[in-house]
Amino acid sequence: MTRYLGTSVKRVEDPRFLRGLGKYVANLTLPNMAYAAVKRSPLAHAKIRGIDTTRAKALDGVIAVFTGEDLLEGTGGFKCGSLPCGFQVPNLNMPPHNPLAVDKVRHVGDGIAVVVAESPYIAEDALDLIEVDLDPLPAVVDARGAMADGAPLVHDSAEQNLAFHWPLGDEEAVNEALSKSDHVVELEFINQRLIANAMEPRAAAAEWDPATESLTVWTTSQNPHTIRLLLGAFTLGIPEHKIRVISPDVGGGFGSKIFHYPEEVIVPFAARAVGRPVKWVATRSESYVTDAQGRDHVTKAKLGVNNDGTMTALHVTTWANMGAYLSTFGPLIPTALYITLFSGVYKTPVIFGEAYGTFTHTVPVDAYRGAGRPEASYLVETMVDLAARKLGMDPVELRRKNLIPTDAFPYQTPVALMYDSGNYQALFEKIEELSGYESLRKEQEAARAEGRLVGVGFASCIEASGPAPSAVAVGLGAAIGLFESGAIRVHPTGKVTVLTGSHSHGQGHETTFAQIVADQFGIDIADVDIVHGDTGRVQYGIGTYGSRSAAIGGSALVKSAEKIREKLKQIAAHQLEASVEDMVYDQDEGTISVAGSPDMVKTFAELAFASVLANNLPEGMEPGLEESSFYDPANFTFPASAHVAKVEIDPKTGEVDLQSYAAVDDVGNVINPMIVEGQILGGIVQGVGQALWENGIYDEDGQLLSGSMLSYAMPRADGFPSIALDRIETPSPHNPLGVKGAGEMGTIAATAAVSSAVLDALAPLGVRHLNMPLTAEKIHQAIAAAGNGGGE
Amino acid sequence: MYPREFDYVAPASLEEAFVALGDDAKVLAGGMSLIPLMKLRLLSPGLIVDIGRIPGLDSIEEADGHITIGALVRHADTASNPLVTANAAALAVAASMTGDVQVRNRGTTCGSAAHADIAADQPAALIACGATMVARSASGSREIAAAGFFVDTLTSALTPAEVLTAIKLPKAGPGEASAYDKLGRRGGHSDYAVAGAAAWVKKSNGMVEAARVALTGVGTKPMLLEGVGSALVGADGSDAAVAAASAHALDAVTVLEDLYGSEEYKGHLAKVFVARAMKKALAAV
Repeated sequence: MTRYLGTSVKRVEDPRFLRGLGKYVANLTLPNMAYAAVKRSPLAHAKIRGIDTTRAKALDGVIAVFTGEDLLEGTGGFKCGSLPCGFQVPNLNMPPHNPLAVDKVRHVGDGIAVVVAESPYIAEDALDLIEVDLDPLPAVVDARGAMADGAPLVHDSAEQNLAFHWPLGDEEAVNEALSKSDHVVELEFINQRLIANAMEPRAAAAEWDPATESLTVWTTSQNPHTIRLLLGAFTLGIPEHKIRVISPDVGGGFGSKIFHYPEEVIVPFAARAVGRPVKWVATRSESYVTDAQGRDHVTKAKLGVNNDGTMTALHVTTWANMGAYLSTFGPLIPTALYITLFSGVYKTPVIFGEAYGTFTHTVPVDAYRGAGRPEASYLVETMVDLAARKLGMDPVELRRKNLIPTDAFPYQTPVALMYDSGNYQALFEKIEELSGYESLRKEQEAARAEGRLVGVGFASCIEASGPAPSAVAVGLGAAIGLFESGAIRVHPTGKVTVLTGSHSHGQGHETTFAQIVADQFGIDIADVDIVHGDTGRVQYGIGTYGSRSAAIGGSALVKSAEKIREKLKQIAAHQLEASVEDMVYDQDEGTISVAGSPDMVKTFAELAFASVLANNLPEGMEPGLEESSFYDPANFTFPASAHVAKVEIDPKTGEVDLQSYAAVDDVGNVINPMIVEGQILGGIVQGVGQALWENGIYDEDGQLLSGSMLSYAMPRADGFPSIALDRIETPSPHNPLGVKGAGEMGTIAATAAVSSAVLDALAPLGVRHLNMPLTAEKIHQAIAAAGNGGGE
Repeated sequence: MYPREFDYVAPASLEEAFVALGDDAKVLAGGMSLIPLMKLRLLSPGLIVDIGRIPGLDSIEEADGHITIGALVRHADTASNPLVTANAAALAVAASMTGDVQVRNRGTTCGSAAHADIAADQPAALIACGATMVARSASGSREIAAAGFFVDTLTSALTPAEVLTAIKLPKAGPGEASAYDKLGRRGGHSDYAVAGAAAWVKKSNGMVEAARVALTGVGTKPMLLEGVGSALVGADGSDAAVAAASAHALDAVTVLEDLYGSEEYKGHLAKVFVARAMKKALAAV
């Protein structure tokens, strides 16, 4: 039998996806199903003076129309509650978030009423017949501007629109170190808003069974158990054990499908109220104004550096846009997933960071691939580049001077985190070789001599992946522990069903988790099935985000497999009349034999059957072969990366040509290299999207100007060169697989690397900084301001 | 993304299509522009006339000194057809830069023209290449010069009763060449044109004898830049002559500012791409 770990097993889920056999929420059709559509606010801020649903209700085929008031008042003793925030930082101001707006609307897209109809077409037609009398109010969209005197308030209960202030680090020590530094580089900049665009828009469906008084909800969620918990405890008030949440095949999430959304409340309410199954599927246009968005920071930073290149201190203040309501994990992102990352791969001795989370009349902001960590790496790497330029030092040389040494692990940063393992020097050696860094610099020199604008960008980044040890997570504000569950059920014939609390929505868990389990037992991967995404089948679990599944979900499976292997050894020892200590589990062959007597052997399948035949088991042993584990990690894992990008800018148009890209990542041990490379590549493309094209733009009235694929510039394949990938492996010492997170690393490094390259290209013109996205027009303006960029 | 209710017919012949067409009807060919507009409910025709099953409209042919592109010819075919690449290189290139692979395999050149988006690629190339648009209806057939076909934003010279059944391109003669270049909204050639220009030139004895230059993405419609063409005629086609001619790029253009470019930037890009298209065309002679 071959071992699977470390090999590029083809994804077992792909044949069904490629043949159109995936089963998504939108595919679900239940007998007598009705269809919902949501009437949404066209204004960012307005008082609701009245809602007239008479004409909509009169339309042929409309079954019911409900408003926010209807949901709060309820029907038959059943009513909806406010959507809670699941991450409570100290002194958090948490105004109510009704599933449909009551009294006021607070962002374009805020739900006002829901139509239930015989077809999605009729539901959509009825939306036009709902008359909403809105009294427009002034809006605020800017994270820092929201705190200004006289700014319109999003919630009357939140003065200055402040949701929270979260400081970390010794500010006094930082200020003192800055005052003693040879140089202090300062920068004020924007990390622009991004909008997630999963291939599959969100959807929700629900069916109420009056016989058992139980509810089934199908939803496009990355964490169905969390949704069930919140539905049971907060938003629907139906007992948790009477709710089943199913997240079937889900077409991508990138974070935006972690959160508990209003439609997951509205649709079950409607289903129960009309006594029929109800389904809602978002249009792409709806996704743009309802899915939680990403980033959106205004930041002021100061980095101290001495003449020899030593970084001395970092001081950062960030205003983080929370949008109109606190999304489920909103406050976590610019705090514990951002400020704690300010040390990067460097041994900066003192660091202070603080974040003001503010309400604005925009779509809520929450985790988006990388979630706080790309913002941190962009900040740190941008400041490091500025320091290098200030000193006239090669940016890689300056970085090397400040790297955390390999013998310093585990490394305690000044911002709370303890890095588990790493080898940043090896990472640097490999990326310099892979990218041909020195020759890129020579090419650049030659190009500059010809007056061409060529830039080389470098980013070396850290990620805290695999959130998180439950004690740490809850201590920081999480409302639940962040362990993961994994159960293994061995059937009488030796076939295996695995039940994981993780959720795969593109990551390939059905393959990687099967690799893990098959290797644990030495069986064929085809004999292992992975079940996920159904609270009716899978024990309580946490779900997939923060690059946590392999490290935590995978480790839970290893723990369960170890328990099963131990039981198998006991059965084998009993039947072979040997002592358990002498039993050897051969994970290559899937057999257990007596040490020194290879012919005294039992196969995995023989022992599985023996466990249910149950006539010849050790004294007191229970029949059957099924074990579960709840694995709580000892720490985050800390993947690291070094990426190099080369660009050339067309001086006449400002257009950026990304000419080469190389990435070396350290995600610890690799389970499936093909899948990891896919994750890194996809992450890079997404990260470059932020650097060059993507921008969620609100005008001053709170209208989303980039609210469609036409105006929001998602990356396309033709914008990319071939990307060179390589890796080093420093295993995580604290999980049994030695793995680290791989899902977000590409995004975390690529934005910084490409921004660095563009700014490097423009450096000879005296351009110090440009905010992302680095569009052709913005760059052309900078070139023109420097006295260049005339006609052809 | 659910359109309002509409009726649908799939006629077997153009004659049947002409009978069905009227003020509340829309012609469906590839559907790459029409269907999204309907799903967004920005457009809600009462009747869709699907010409996709009418035989004889999907070929590119040479006859009577013209290349004819039928109403159902896809962008991908326009981009790769040897008759088009040899006689109207600008159009082939513009078609290759239209949409993405899926759109190019489904959408049609005639459909793009009839849709008359202000930032579409192929209209500019059609104007520069001197194309003739063949519009047919129950009452007969008429030919419209491409330069006069694009009337305004999303408005062509077609009446609701007409189908753009074909586009005729003149065969390239000696000393003639054309080219198209643009900056796309996502950089490079990707997506709609922030600014795009097509140029057709005819050189003899080292001099530019005739030139037509068209611009897209910048003004209220794809349009012929007569000032640029006439400035190039009689010149030697040198870089200096090109630069002098491109200075006329905005003579008759009202620059439309949008999310992808300010008035100033788009005006600047117009000159840059007008010059680049002319240089490429001159180099290809």
